[in-house]
Parts: sequence; C-alpha cells; structure tokens
Amino acid sequence: MEPLIELKNIDMSFKDHKILNNVNLQIQPGEIMVIIGPSGAGKSTLLRLMIGLLRPTGGEIWVEGQEISHLNEEALNKIRRNMGMVFQYSALFDSMTVGDNVAFGIRQHTDMPEDQILRVIRRSLRMVGLMGKESVMPNELSGGMKKRVGLARAIALNPKIVLYDEPTAGLDPVMSSTINRLIMSTRRILGMTAVVVTHDMDSAFAIADRIAMMYDEKIIEVGTPDEFRESSNPLVQQFIYGVKNHCVPVRRRASEQ
Amino acid sequence: MIRLCSWTGRIIFDLLEATGRTVQLVFQTLLQLRRMNIRHVIYQMAHLGVDTMPIVFLMIIFTGMVMVWQATPALTRAGAQSTTGGLVALAIFRELSPVLSAVVLAGRVGAAIAAEIGSMKVTEQIDALRVMATNPIGYLVVPRFVACILMTPLVVAFANLMGIAGGFLVATTYTNVGPYTFIHSIEIFTELSDFTGGLVKAMFFGGIVAIVGCLKGMGAKDGAGGVGNATTSSVVTSIVWIFVVNYFLSTWLFR
Repeated sequence: MEPLIELKNIDMSFKDHKILNNVNLQIQPGEIMVIIGPSGAGKSTLLRLMIGLLRPTGGEIWVEGQEISHLNEEALNKIRRNMGMVFQYSALFDSMTVGDNVAFGIRQHTDMPEDQILRVIRRSLRMVGLMGKESVMPNELSGGMKKRVGLARAIALNPKIVLYDEPTAGLDPVMSSTINRLIMSTRRILGMTAVVVTHDMDSAFAIADRIAMMYDEKIIEVGTPDEFRESSNPLVQQFIYGVKNHCVPVRRRASEQ
Repeated sequence: MIRLCSWTGRIIFDLLEATGRTVQLVFQTLLQLRRMNIRHVIYQMAHLGVDTMPIVFLMIIFTGMVMVWQATPALTRAGAQSTTGGLVALAIFRELSPVLSAVVLAGRVGAAIAAEIGSMKVTEQIDALRVMATNPIGYLVVPRFVACILMTPLVVAFANLMGIAGGFLVATTYTNVGPYTFIHSIEIFTELSDFTGGLVKAMFFGGIVAIVGCLKGMGAKDGAGGVGNATTSSVVTSIVWIFVVNYFLSTWLFR
C-alpha cells in the first residue's frame, strides 16, 4: 500500500543547529503513528514539516502522493484542506467563541449555510464531550477542554490526516485517557490517519499502531508497541521505562545546559 | 576601525533587511486584496478608525487654538493680522492634521495591531490559521491595511474642521480677528488641493501604520516580552516612517 505520508532523507537545521539528520518515515493510511523521544529531539519539528509549516533543508516530504517541500503557500493550502492539527497549547483563536473556532475552517473554505454549520459545530462538540459550549470563550475553559475544542476544530472538516502535538501534556490521567479515546474514535468512526507526538508512554502504548522513536536527530527505531516493549535497544528501554542508565547519557538542548 | 566598519555594516544590513521585509509584506498584501473580506474590513474600520476619532479631535482642536494664540501677536506686529485664519488653515490642512493624526494612530492603532497579531503569533494562532489553509496575510493584514487606508483620510478630514474650529474660537474670543476676517482669509489663502493633499498624505500614513504594526506583530517571538517589544518597535518605526515619508510627500504634493 502506498504510504499516506512519507519522509525521505529529511535534514533540518535552524541556523547552525542541526535538528533532523537523514530522517526516513512512512505513515500508512488509517494508522495511528506515535512519535516519541526526549525533549529537543525534533518531534514537533517533524510534525510541522509534515503540514508545511516548516520547510526542510534537505530531503523530500510526500503527502498523498505529492511532494510538498517545494510547494508555495497556495499549493500547500490545497494539501492542508485534507489535514488537521491539534496544537500543544491548543492555539484556539481567543477572540472567537468555541463554536466560531470549530466552524472557522468550514466558513473559510465552504459555502455551507449557517444552519448546517451549526449542526456540524454541535456534532463536533458532542463528539469531544463539550455539547452546549458553543458560545463560551476559550479563556473560560480548562486546559483539557481547550485541547478537546482544538480536536473538534481539527476534525470539523473531516480531514484524512490529523497531527497531534503533545495532546496529553499537562493533563490529569483521566483527561489523558479521554483524549486517547478521542484519538482512537476519530480513526474508528471517521477513518482518519493520526500522527501523534508525545512523551506520555502510557498514552503511546494505548493508542499506537506503530511507534517511532527519535534520538540524536534521527529515528532510531520504528515498530509496534509490542516490538518496542521487547526492544533490545538500551536507548528505547531507557526512554519507555524512564530508567536512568549511566551507559546512555541523557542529551539536553544546548539552552538547557 | 574594523569594529566601526563592522558596526556600520551591520546597521546598513539591518536597515536593508527591514526595508526588504516591509516591501515584501506590502506586495503580499496587495496580491491578497482580491480575496478581501468586506465584513472584516468594516469591523476593522469601526474598531480602528472610529474609536480613534475622539482623541485625534481633542488634540487637533487644541493645536488650532495654540497656533492662533502664538501666531496672532507676530502677525499683528507685521500688520498681517487678517491672514491668521489662512495661515492656520494652511498649516493644519497640509501638515499638522495629517501628521499629528498619523502619530496618534501609530500610538493607538499601530500598537493595538502589533499587540494583537503579536500575541496571536506567540500563541501559535497564526500557525493554526496556516494549518487551516488560511493565508494569514489575507486574513489579518488585508482588512487592517484597507481599514487604515480608508479611515485615516476620514479622520483627518474631520480633524481639519476641528482644528479650524479651535483656531476660530481663540481668534474670535481672545484676539481682534473677527469671524468674517478669519473665514475670508481661509478662502483666500487655501485651495482645494491643500485639503486633498493632506488626505492623500493621510492615506499613505494609514498604510504605514497598518503595515508596520502587522509586520512587527508577525515578527514577535519569545512570549509576552516579545509582544511588548513588537508593540514598542511598531510605534517608534511607524512614527519615524511617517516623518520621513511626510517630507517626500510634501515636496511632491505641494510644489
């Protein structure tokens, strides 16, 4: 089967600082791919490359059979209409109500009548358990509720691919579990492909079809959750079980040193 | 010596880079004009223009008043007291009203634009726009640019009347210049081109305030502090550009 997203020999640098070095990854239609790795490993950068928010310094990014790394913003927008993204800090439009946030993409890109838009808003909010919150402003919501609104906004236009940047970061275990169930149900009910960046190993094992681990600017292992649990790679074992291993130094960003 | 050359070079390079970014944003904005959302433009016109009028009017009334207060004794000594109205109107139409209104707009509207867009930038809302296949320039910059270009001349037109009214009040109350003499001298000394020239200037200044505010906002980084820096920088840069462009516009419009 042809992959829905394919990264080929991706290099990425910010000024003199190398973020990604020869990264290769394939994401199949309908799968939930979870990307894990220590802070500063380049996971979020990878996600931003997939949706064209950043351009790689080398390599190719294929989305739905089209190479996107050299496309202009207008051509990228056509690709993005089939994609959604849930941001780590939600990135809700704070001057709009929850309902307007959810309906934003629909109003921008379709001629749907308002009564139908209202139905889509209600359906999307019901799906994330926020029925009746259409007229609430984002600053009146908790962190978990904001993430769910972000998810409702991302899925409102029925995209084929949804990218999640740290969807459970900073949430309590119950809310994390709710978000995990939502990610799985968007795949089950709507057939969406998901790419999830997370540090949360419980979440990764709960939702992933496959996991990719990033370390030292590269993807060092890709496999199913079971393959990861049984991996003989000490870096993988250290990360998934959180064991401090003196043989494997924990790398930190230069700014953290 | 090497350090001086390096310092000068860096300043020139930074200036060229900033100018390049500004010109690029102007072109991108003009290209996106065809997708202008009228509803957003009207909202911005009300939000940015109408709300600014009271403070501009207050400032221009007092400017007109103080001009008459300062000019009349000198004009009286020269025997040209009857030209007070014309002198005040000429200065207000051509220079004071457009420039002072633009400075107030830079402080109020430009700062608001930079702060709003800057906070959207640092909270990833601009990335969210791009992810939802919406061009941030078309969505954020175009309505503000068009609103400022349309509203600034309107504000200046009313400010002209307020300035004249302020001058008229002082001239007729505290000096020997009569109401008829004041108004008659305006008719003699000013032409329609003085009034329209000021409005043309105002259009350019409105464009400067909007573009600089948007540019600084979109360049904001590093959280709340970055938004503060973008806001301050927007006001300072706009004011500098307004005075520089004002000179060239004056030499072009009022030869």
